Order: sequence, then structure tokens, then C-alpha cells
Amino acid sequence: MTKNRKALKQQKLSAAKQLTSGLKTVSADMIGELLGKVIASGNKVCIEGDNQKQADFLSQALLELAPDEINNLHMLISTIGLPEQLDIFDMGLASKIDLAYAGPQGFRMARMLREKQIEVGNIHTYNELYARYFMDLRPDVCLLCGVEADSDGNIYMNGSAEDSSAIVEATAFQQGIVVVQVNRIVDKVRRVDIPADWVDFVVESPRHKFHLEPLFTRDPAQITESMVLMGMMTMKGIYAKYLPRTLNHGVGFNTAAIELMLPTYGEELGLKGKALTNWVLNPHPTMIPAIEEGWVESIIPPGSELGMEKYVEANPDIFPIGADGSLRSSRLFAQLAGHYSADIFVGASLQIDALGNSSTVTSERMTGYGGAPNFGCDAGGRRHTSDAWLQAGQEYTGGGLPRGRKLVVQIVETFQQGMKETFVENLDALQLAADATFPLPPIMIYGEDVSHIVTEEGIANLLLCRTLEEREQAIRGVAGYTKVGMKRDKKVVADLRSRGIIQRPEDLGISKLRATRDMLSARNIKDLVRWSDGLYNPPSRFRNW
Amino acid sequence: MEHLEYKFDGGNTQTDMLKSTVQGVVSSGNLEVLIERKKLNGKCRFIIDTAAEGFAKTWQAVLSRFMENHQPADLQFSINDYAASPDIVSLRLDQAYEALSGGKK
Amino acid sequence: MKFKISQSYLEATARQRIGFIVDKGSFKEIAPPSEKPASPHLDMFNIPKSFGDGVIIGEAEINGRPVSILAQEGKFMGGAFGEVHSARITGLLRRSLNTKPDAVVCLWDSGGVRLQEANAGEIGVTEIMGAIFDLKATGIPVIAAVGGSCGCFGGAGIITGCCDYVIASEEARIGISGPEVIETTMGVDAFDSRDRALVWRTTGGKNRYLFGFVKELVENCPEEFRSAICSAMAKSFKYSLKNLEAMQEHLQERADKFGSMDNTFDIWKEMGFNSPEAIPEMTVAELKSTVQAGGEK
Repeated sequence: MTKNRKALKQQKLSAAKQLTSGLKTVSADMIGELLGKVIASGNKVCIEGDNQKQADFLSQALLELAPDEINNLHMLISTIGLPEQLDIFDMGLASKIDLAYAGPQGFRMARMLREKQIEVGNIHTYNELYARYFMDLRPDVCLLCGVEADSDGNIYMNGSAEDSSAIVEATAFQQGIVVVQVNRIVDKVRRVDIPADWVDFVVESPRHKFHLEPLFTRDPAQITESMVLMGMMTMKGIYAKYLPRTLNHGVGFNTAAIELMLPTYGEELGLKGKALTNWVLNPHPTMIPAIEEGWVESIIPPGSELGMEKYVEANPDIFPIGADGSLRSSRLFAQLAGHYSADIFVGASLQIDALGNSSTVTSERMTGYGGAPNFGCDAGGRRHTSDAWLQAGQEYTGGGLPRGRKLVVQIVETFQQGMKETFVENLDALQLAADATFPLPPIMIYGEDVSHIVTEEGIANLLLCRTLEEREQAIRGVAGYTKVGMKRDKKVVADLRSRGIIQRPEDLGISKLRATRDMLSARNIKDLVRWSDGLYNPPSRFRNW
Repeated sequence: MEHLEYKFDGGNTQTDMLKSTVQGVVSSGNLEVLIERKKLNGKCRFIIDTAAEGFAKTWQAVLSRFMENHQPADLQFSINDYAASPDIVSLRLDQAYEALSGGKK
Repeated sequence: MKFKISQSYLEATARQRIGFIVDKGSFKEIAPPSEKPASPHLDMFNIPKSFGDGVIIGEAEINGRPVSILAQEGKFMGGAFGEVHSARITGLLRRSLNTKPDAVVCLWDSGGVRLQEANAGEIGVTEIMGAIFDLKATGIPVIAAVGGSCGCFGGAGIITGCCDYVIASEEARIGISGPEVIETTMGVDAFDSRDRALVWRTTGGKNRYLFGFVKELVENCPEEFRSAICSAMAKSFKYSLKNLEAMQEHLQERADKFGSMDNTFDIWKEMGFNSPEAIPEMTVAELKSTVQAGGEK
């Protein structure tokens, strides 16, 4: 069958021609019928399904297919964001899936796995999944999501390109069929993000607005004193020590706190211009004060963020902006940048074990990986140098052959809501893997990749640990009053502290009493709007005015 | 709700402090700490009402470390706790103690 | 744009708010935490109590002038009126009838009556209203400030309406039935309580100011609350049957004019604002200058 990809595509296009009379534009009420012509049983169908945007209209259109005619589809979805994308398994249209992330559908996914209603090929990180689109998971059909199309099939995506460029490249040039839903069909697109030659069909979505989640908006109002304290420790104990220029932040409130403290505590530490200049990051609203204060040279975003459009467009020196004036994003390139050219990754996790392995899965929720493992690991293939990378490498090897090392920092509170302990002897991920008979437990970041763990109790520098025993005690030594923390060997921990492997706030010269919300350059979303001079237009759910 | 009481041998009695102070608010994940100077033969007493049951050992650990760090004496601590995590408890205790001794500055 | 954040009235605790408003060192607390006044009812619901039962009462000076002051702690049980909580407030108000301060300052922050002790709470609310009317009859101004996360709903909304003068920030929401209550009884089409922008432009300080319920609108900034309270203390409030009838007439006109409208933007347009959509984005100063420039108030 793989020998006839070209011929099969031609067959499908001829069948479709009867419907479309040769036009690329398809009317919305014909879309089910069209998909019936271009999708065949057993096809690999890639649908967006991205971290933020969702091809909602095409996802729904799949439900119109008849399972007795079309079945055993093998779905390729980087982020399962809509219930329809799992309904097709319940209906008997699809049987197998390869994915990277199942965030909002994680609970249902876990249940379907337990009840064996879905076969999972593999759970990937984003770039791995895109890579496989060019190897052994070549899409037969892809269903994409854009903003504008013209009648020739040129597509404009604005800042929401996300996964599209990777998917379309893998489909259009490997004899697959490309169908795109757009908000509007126009005479002339604002910018060509995908050239018409690569596109087979476009359809105007009757809703005129695809589903887009504001995933990266963190309301500063929810930042706690503990987060401020941990942020101060990270800034003074890690940023000021290694002075990393290139970095990636996770999406949690801990890193949002740091972003908001750059103009305050960062300024006090004298970091401006010396560190944290080039970022891999979605357009986080909490970056606005730092951008306004001149901290940031560049930000390469994997995606967009609702409400940030005008602010981003007003900063073309920092964000990638097209000649038309709007944002361009690419998850593929941003992930690549985060993997190879970030000196430091700072993120958070739901569970960490005593050797530093971490995971965000819980027994009832199957989320997958997304991009964190590629950001949060030492890139073994990296060969270009930077001061921060070399300094970390030197600490890690303790001499000998010069090597570099990415700084991978986990900031966690020892307890989460409901007195749930972050530090555990055994990760839930191990049990989940056993229950679902996964060959690989879903570990987000392996312990050996982690350079520092920061908690309210202090910083553990794992680069300086010379044995596994030392690493374990360094982690227990900052695990607070959790069971893992209470099981520390006090003498060893005291020794690690005297060697600077564990640093308490007071060792860093940080008074806990300064760790208040007054440290933040914005207290709430409204402050961010004011910082942006009215350019940031937050979604309604974040407003209290 | 669980009621807990602890008594610790104290360090040195200080007199240049406020008579009492209260820090924190009883809201979910938070707590209220009232410290009062009392004649307790140099000891410190902790009276705790907590919504999180079964954490007596954790309280013991948090309070012991607070006593080690500050070595206070002749103080009574009354705590209304709405399931605050130990790090928040420890932070509030430090803040309340600082506010109490802040009177001498 | 360089933007300097101020301290936040919204985030502050009741104790911090009193510290912001009164002259430094002048606050004398009545029945303080060390006397451990607390609710006798919460134990049976397995809910932790608080010393003071969620409201701080006392006497202080503002610009050297004596005041009675109270502050509800919105973070404890939503600032709700329980038995002890209400009794403390009523006690302060009645005491003020004798001590005759220059003003009674009420920093409200409450979702209404505490469900766990609802009967006592309802009675408490009426006692507080009675005491406020007694104060008004003696000419002691009762000044309300609203800027906490609970706003003022239910009994608290009514009590606020009884005060002589209401100061609020945009973040303060004031009403009788809360957004969730309205949605539950009238349906989501009538009021979508999860649409935060809708909730705030309907119940928030700006709309209450444009309707005249809130007399002074301030930013979420403690100094602005303090200075608005100082200005209010310079005013005198007179009541007469004529006043009351005029107010009744005004309310009737308002109901006739806006009663059929179901959208704040339409109402603002009718009030004379050319671009009502811009109002939520305005600062307090911008809104006030727009009002002065011709928008009706």
C-alpha cells in the first residue's frame, strides 16, 4: 500500500472532484461528505489537536463519517483537546492513537485505557511526534486549523501556527491530503503562512472562530508568599550565580512569580542585561513588566496567547513578527531552541522522588508529556558553548575533560493543596505504567537531568553531589516536613549544607519576611493591562473590572 | 477539627517585646497565630485548633524547629488553623515572632 | 509603560486596612484577639473559628479627629455575619451613640449572612441596620468603604445602602443577590456568573458609582480610601421627608428609563456615554473626567 501513496491520493482527489467541481473551497455543509471521500479505512489521520488551538469544526465533521465504511483510523494528535477527538474511538471510526499530550481529556483518556477502548501507539514529546511524521507515521490526511484562506488555498494563521508547519510539511510532500478549516475565506490573505500549492481543500468554519485556550495566562493575584520566596531564592542562588542568558520557563505560578520579580528583585540583584535576555516562551502576560523595563531581547514562542495580540505586535524587536505585522509561531522551532540553545529550564512538577525523578501524572489522569522533557533535559548533542553552560558542566564533572551542562531547575512547594506531598518515595507514574502495561513509566524529567531543586526550605544543587547517596540526602534535605523530608540523615544534610550543596534562605542572605507580594511588579491582571498601556486585552474570565 | 497542645522548654525570657500580636487569617490553607507574653516558668505553650486531622507529629516537628531557631520563653501561642501546609505554618510563626519582637526596634 | 503598583486595599487583611486608614498608633481595639471572642457555633460544623469572629472593632483618630471604626475580614468565612460577629458590630455602633465620635467608619467586606448561624446572623443584620439609623438620627455620619474581594452582598449590600456615604473601588462588587444566586434562579441567559467582565460591569464599583449609589469611586489603593474617608468626614448629611420623596421619585424615573434594558453597555449609552465599551478599561481619573465632560451621572 505504501508504494501507491501517489496513486491513492489521485484516486481520492478524483472522487472529491465530483463534490467540489474542482474548487479548493468546500462549503461547510459538504464537509462530512468530503472527508468521506478523502479518508479511507486504516489511514493515518493527523488533526490539530495543538496545545492551544483546536480544529473544532473538522473534529466535529469526523463524527459524520460512517464507521461501517470507514474504520480503523490511526489518529495522530499532538494534544487531545476536544471530546470529539475521543468520540471517534467510541463510534468505532478510529482504533489507534499516537499523541504527545491529553491535558483536558486526561481523565477520559485514562478511563478509556483502563477499559481498553483505545490503543495507544506511543506517548511522545512534541518534537518526537513531529519527527515520526517524517519517518514511520506519515499522515495520509491532515486536518488543520487557520485564520484566513483565499480561494486558491493560501492560508494565514497569525500567531497560532503552532504545529501546523510541521504537520503540513510532513503531509503535503509525502502524498497526503491537506484539509484546512479557516475562520474566514477572503479575497486576499493577510500573509501567506502556508502556500496554496500545499493545500488541497479549505472550508470556512460556521463558527468563524476556532477553539483557542488561553493556557499561559497566570493571574498574579494567585501568587503566594511561598512562591515569592522560592522565586527570590532561584534568582539569587541560581540566576545570579550562573547568569544564564538563554532560558525557558514552565507555565506554572512559580515561574510567573519570577517573571514579575525581574523589575523588582532582579533589578536589585543587578541582573538586567547580564542574564535572562533570550527566551523560549509563549507570550506570557506576566512577561509584560520585564519587557517594558528592557530586560528582554527576544522571545521565540511555540504558540500565541489570547489577548496578547496587540501587545506582541507592538514589540517586533522581541517577538517574531511578519511583514504584515502579526505574530508567527512554531512549536517545532521553539522546542528545538528550548532543547539545544537554552542554558536553563525552570519548571515545576506534581511529584518528585528521592532521586529527583519527577512526574505530572496521577493515577486517575493520563496527561502525557507535551514539551517539558525536551526543555527539561541536558541536550547530549549540544556542542556550542556559553559561560553558564560551561560553569554548570564544570560543577557536574568536578574537573577533567571540559564539558557543558544545561541547568534544569525544579521549583516546587513541599506540599500542595489538601496537604498533598510533592516529595514521594514512589511516583504514581510507576503504578500507572504497570496498570496500563506501558513499557515505559511516564517520567517527565529524569533525576540525572535535574541540576537544582528549589523548595521553601532551600536549594539543593544536585550538580555538586558526588554519589547517589548524597543526591538523595540533598533532596531529602529540602523536602521540608514531607515524609521524604523527615527521613533525612541530619548529619549528612548538615555536611551538605556546609559544602554549599544545600542552601537555606538565610545562607543566601534572604529574609523570609521580605518574601511578600509587594515584591511583584503587578498584583493582578489589571496591573498587567496598565503596564501594557492598554494593549493587553485579557479574556473575560481573567477580569475583575 | 483536632485540638493539640504542646509545651517546650524555652530559652531566655525577653521583656522588650509587645504584649501580644496576631498574624495571619483563618482561611483555607492559612492560619491565625496569636502570641501572648505569659508567665510560664520559662516555657512556651502552643494551643492549636486545626481542621487538618492526624498531623500531630508534623506539628511537633514544625514547632520544635521554631523553638530551636528562636529560643523564646514565656510565650503562649494560640493557633486557629484551616489546614495550612507546614511551610506556611512555619512562615506565620516566624512573622508573628518578628512582629512581637519588632516592638523593641 | 512604567507602572508603579501601589499597595492593594483588595489584598489587605482587615487589620492592615485599619492600619492604612487611621492615624498611626491611634487605634485602640475593643475586645481584641487576646480576649478570644469567637463563634460558639462553628465547632459543630468542623470549621475553625477565628479570634474576633471575622471583624475588628475599635476607636481611633483620622487626621486627629475621633472615629469609631470596624473592619470585616473577608477572607474568614467570606466576611459573613454570624452571631458574635454581628454583636460586635452592633456593640460598636451603639457605643458610638454615647461616645459621639466625628464619624463611624465601616470597612465592609462580606458576602452576607453566615449560613451556619443564619437565624442569629439575620437578626444581627437587622440590629446593625437599626443602630445605623439611630446614629443617622443623631447626626453622626456613618461612612462605608467597600473594596474587598467579597464586596457587599446579601445583608451586607443592604447595610451598605443604609450608610450615609459609600466609597468603593472598581473591584468592589455591591448587590443584594450574588451573581451565582441570580444565575441559579433566573437562568444563565439572564446572568452568566462565570462571565467575570459582565459580573463586574454590572455589580462593580464603576456601575454603582455611575448610578449614584457609590458616592466616591477610588482606585484599589489604601491612600485613596483614606483620603476619600477624610473628605467624607467634612460633609454633613441631612434627611427629611422631602429628601426621601425626591429619592423615591428619582428611583421611579430610573426604573422607567432603564428597566427594560438587560445590558450595562446600553444603560451607559442611554446615560450619555458615547463609547460605553471603553468604560471598563478607564482609570478612575479617566472615568471622572469623562463624566465631567458631559456623560451623565
